[in-house]
Amino acid sequence: MSIHDDAVQTFTPRDFHRQAHDALGNPQIRANFRKAMDGLMTKRRDSFGDWDLETLRELGANIRMRALAKLPELLEQLEANCEANGIHVHWAEDGEEACRIIRELCEARGAKAVIKGKSMVSEEMHLNEHLEAAGIEALESDLGEYLVQLNQQTPSHIIMPAIHLNTDEISDIMHHKTGTERTRDVDYMTAAARSQLRERFMAADVGISGVNFAVAETGTLCLVENEGNGRMTTTVPPMHIAVTGIEKVVEHLRDVPPLYALLSRSATGQHVTTYFNMISGPRKEQEHDGPEAVHLVLVDNGRSRIYQDDELLDTLRCIRCGACMNHCPVYTRVGGHTYGTTYPGPIGSILMPHMLGLEDTKDLPSASSLCGACGEVCPVKIPIPDLLVRLRREAVGEGRGNVPGAGVKRNKKEVAAWKSFQWLATHPGAWRRGTAMAGKLNMLMPSNLGPWTDHRTAPKPAKTTLHALIKRHRKQRSDA
Amino acid sequence: MSARDAIFKRLRERTDGPLTPPACDFSVVTNRGWSRAERLEHFERLITSVHGEVIHTTSDDWTRRLAEVLAAKSIKRLALGREHPVAAEAREALKASDVELVDVDRDIETWQREQFERVDAGMTSTGGGIAETGSLWLWPTPDEPRLISLVPPIHIAVLDAESVEDTFFDMIEAHGWAQGMPTNALLISGPSKTADIEQTLAYGVHGPRELVVLLRYAAAQVASA
Repeated sequence: MSIHDDAVQTFTPRDFHRQAHDALGNPQIRANFRKAMDGLMTKRRDSFGDWDLETLRELGANIRMRALAKLPELLEQLEANCEANGIHVHWAEDGEEACRIIRELCEARGAKAVIKGKSMVSEEMHLNEHLEAAGIEALESDLGEYLVQLNQQTPSHIIMPAIHLNTDEISDIMHHKTGTERTRDVDYMTAAARSQLRERFMAADVGISGVNFAVAETGTLCLVENEGNGRMTTTVPPMHIAVTGIEKVVEHLRDVPPLYALLSRSATGQHVTTYFNMISGPRKEQEHDGPEAVHLVLVDNGRSRIYQDDELLDTLRCIRCGACMNHCPVYTRVGGHTYGTTYPGPIGSILMPHMLGLEDTKDLPSASSLCGACGEVCPVKIPIPDLLVRLRREAVGEGRGNVPGAGVKRNKKEVAAWKSFQWLATHPGAWRRGTAMAGKLNMLMPSNLGPWTDHRTAPKPAKTTLHALIKRHRKQRSDA
Repeated sequence: MSARDAIFKRLRERTDGPLTPPACDFSVVTNRGWSRAERLEHFERLITSVHGEVIHTTSDDWTRRLAEVLAAKSIKRLALGREHPVAAEAREALKASDVELVDVDRDIETWQREQFERVDAGMTSTGGGIAETGSLWLWPTPDEPRLISLVPPIHIAVLDAESVEDTFFDMIEAHGWAQGMPTNALLISGPSKTADIEQTLAYGVHGPRELVVLLRYAAAQVASA
């Protein structure tokens, strides 16, 4: 049983327009997001108060660019240092291969129960469904992810997965799914989740987490969190599997503090998170806790294709803070599920087309007013608006064509129309005759111009053109 | 071709050619130039802002303050190390008290449920602190394992005032972390918390709901001050 109508609803980027229409008509969703995003924007601004934010962003961008410039070398170094530390490294071309690797690692241990820390890459590859199909239960332990999973939903925000739900809705979900009392007492609900999940941590055969930064120089996996579920996931079960994208590597340990400072403040407006967990190997012989085995699964899933192009490359700088969605006027109004993709909002709109192809995601780069807020707040200065425009070009076949599904929105009539316009606009004589004619025949102007006129009145060419008016005005002045 | 080879081939044969790594200027994350007093004031302000509790004490009086904390919080069973001077001193001081000292130098498999359900607090030493973010730095060891600072509902950490650095960057540089990392290194800044239920802050979601820092000053310094 699910509590909400949208819990059983599946979202897909193909239905973006219909989903956006539904979300805009849902006052609960709009209120939940508006309240949350307003709070996050204020907290972020306050948390950077004392900092020279522009210098810090410049450093963050340069550290990420340096890592990408040396990506193959750093991945080799990361692999060598992890292996030397006792962390087994695996490579996956796509999500399916990564799922298979993880399932086989679980099966080799006879694992039946997996506990998970928050990992967007695991969402990207639909790991939970894959494991469940193989008879392995995968339980989310981040409170927000746990609630979303109880409600048979997917995260609506990459940092705050249950941001679309309010306290009453969460109370209902926990009551129906876990038998807790109906209450608005957040401490009570948190304590209930704590005790429910503690049993599961103790019983879990494998812990699966993501990675925020993978340090090549030391073979260290860094995890950022507040709850402690990430530390539990990576310490309590006998095996830990970390899964992440190949772009998450950084060169030096000293590269981490600036990125961490940017991440925690940009994401939630915290000057620091409760835990910064740095893992550099499995339990050593004389140690008394921690997993016996640690595995790192490095996933490509379209990233090396993004890597080919100097402009698109900037997409890979992302440190997954979610500030772009918190500041996006479109995301705030339609919410995360509307996008129908693992990563919603501005970053999702420039990332998902590479993962799913433009056939399925063609509406996402257009789901933006290009107001520029996302680019202004991005802690690693990704020019998100420019990349949205680039993907719009790719969609109509005017880019370099290296995005899957490029040209899917190309429309012969539209191309012909713009070609004609270009010719007219570059031939003044024809332009003047044409606009004069259009003014005279303005009764023939159609009132329906497709989606453009859904909420607007079609323009009518003026009876007298601007050129003609200016000419007349000048003549009157010189006559006077 | 293996996935690994295929990925590396694509990365190495990049369409737009090789990239030039930009230079990175780290001055924005270091050189705070704080005095000792400013540093400690910063540390305390930041860690208390996230619900951490700081108790000022001295190296010759701290175990008395520890006993007060244990009494005030009704801690009956305290998990702690054995070898580290902090643990050894605490054990000696609490020998005669009615607080039960729980040994942690045991493989977790042999006492997991006991640790999860029947320990009131865990006490650990710290490697140092970070003033700018109000963070503790822990390198768990066989003597003070990873879960002691996570599983019990209260974490008591002993921090020496001298070991507080200005920034995280300074900490990494001053202690040469890049030369060799332990199995697990941690920064802890306050008790466990969540805001996943409608942005309402709640403490103790998976880890401790309270963090108490016993901030020790050298006895002689306090006497001369």
